[in-house]
Amino acid sequence: MLYSILCYESEALAAGRTRQEDDAMMVRLRTVQQKLKSEGRLGPVARLMPTTTATHIRSGKDPMVVDGPFAETKEQLLGFYVIDCPSLEDAIETAKLLAREKPHGTLEIRPVAVFNPVGVSL
Amino acid sequence: MTDMAWIDATLTAARPQVLGALLRYFRVLDAAEDAFQEACLRALKNWPVKGPPRDPAAWLIFVGRNFALDEVRRRSKQTELPADDEIVTDETEDTQTELAERLDASHYRDDILRLLFVCCHPDLPAAQQVALALRIVSGLTVKEIARAFLVSESAMEQRITRAKARITAADVPFDTPGAPERASRLSAVSTMLYLLFNEGYSASGGNAHVRVPLCEEAIRLSRLLLRLFPSEPEIMGLSALLLIQHARAAARLDAENNIILLEDQDRSLWDRELIAEGLALVEKALRHRRPGPYQIQAAIAAVHSQAAEAGDTDWAEIDRLYEILESLQPSPVVTLNRAVAVSKLRGPAEALAMIEPLAAKLGGYFYFFGLKGALLTQLDRPEEARVAFDHAISLANTAAEAAHIRLHLDRLQKDSESKRSA
Repeated sequence: MLYSILCYESEALAAGRTRQEDDAMMVRLRTVQQKLKSEGRLGPVARLMPTTTATHIRSGKDPMVVDGPFAETKEQLLGFYVIDCPSLEDAIETAKLLAREKPHGTLEIRPVAVFNPVGVSL
Repeated sequence: MTDMAWIDATLTAARPQVLGALLRYFRVLDAAEDAFQEACLRALKNWPVKGPPRDPAAWLIFVGRNFALDEVRRRSKQTELPADDEIVTDETEDTQTELAERLDASHYRDDILRLLFVCCHPDLPAAQQVALALRIVSGLTVKEIARAFLVSESAMEQRITRAKARITAADVPFDTPGAPERASRLSAVSTMLYLLFNEGYSASGGNAHVRVPLCEEAIRLSRLLLRLFPSEPEIMGLSALLLIQHARAAARLDAENNIILLEDQDRSLWDRELIAEGLALVEKALRHRRPGPYQIQAAIAAVHSQAAEAGDTDWAEIDRLYEILESLQPSPVVTLNRAVAVSKLRGPAEALAMIEPLAAKLGGYFYFFGLKGALLTQLDRPEEARVAFDHAISLANTAAEAAHIRLHLDRLQKDSESKRSA
């Protein structure tokens, strides 16, 4: 069985960490990732940019593009894609392809800050 | 047990929202600050024992408001008071939190904006605006702010007290602002955040290391503003500009605190994560096709950040962006900056011709004479270059700026000596 682990934290709090504190945490996390990788159990790992960089696509026949942090608390995270695009414009067009096939909901486009496709390499 | 470091960070992060809401209730800054202070004390006492509330900001708003209302009652001696610990009881905490949430969800955006906005009242000089924002919104101590501004604690205390007195007299309206009022508040707040950043970035005096926190605070507040106003391209531009500029912090000074110019910086020291976030925001902003000065400046910083080596810089694009900036926001300083791009594209003579008419307006500006000296040096006019550099030194704001110009003068000196001996 594959499981995804989604990381939640108050963004205001995360932004309050110093670079040194953040780096130290990443080192600790990479140790855990390394263990999982050596056991052959680690899939892709991604760190997303802050929500301020997000763009939203409202699903439907004619998808609507909206800026910014996700505000609709009645919707839950049901899945995700990682796509490779040369620009935000292209990512929006790609997301619209998906949005047109879904009658409801929102797709959030968020640039990926750090990505490791097959687990961490140290 | 709740981790004290977590509580501390939570109180700092919640400060703008909580203080903003308390200011809306009490309309007096000092009263709001006292109530916030009391709420924090109770949090420090309460949270480690009972665990953190589901929504810390709502908890603090509620407790702060109750405290202040009780103060009023205590003074008027009309009502029996509950004991200290009964004010927030376990059974009702969740209901109270929900109530506070409902009261505040619709307001908090304008609350925070108002809190920032009272700090940048047009009557306040720029230095006072920034000091006040650091004290009120960021919650830095007077001592910390004094250290960052390199003035004595008592001088800073005075500056902040005077600023507070002025804004109390100024009477900022507390109604929910309409769209035009909101836009003008946003613009004033953006300018103030940019000033705050620049206070840390260009170090208008003294040791640069002390000032990095000012840049980081400006970035924190700009991200906060962007979370509140996610569709404002100029706020995206402002955030992007600050992020990309700050990304170069580690490369801007050497171990002896000497300035390293952009073209000489070790680009491997640039913070790629901050740059990537800045670039993402520039791209997002430009999609709106509502260009503004911050977006264009961010786009210029973005072009620099994308050049692997100084020699790869796309100066034609930078020149084009400065041209747009000149039309959006005509200023001799913008023209001065454009002249750098022009000197790279079309040579120093054309750039010099461009900046010479600015002499009257920029006669007190360090960078004007620094650039003029550099262009004259490139044109092999050492005597005039020396005069310009001497002038620049007399206008230098920091020891590092003066030292940088002295480097140019030394080079001129060596050149003329080697010519004489040849």
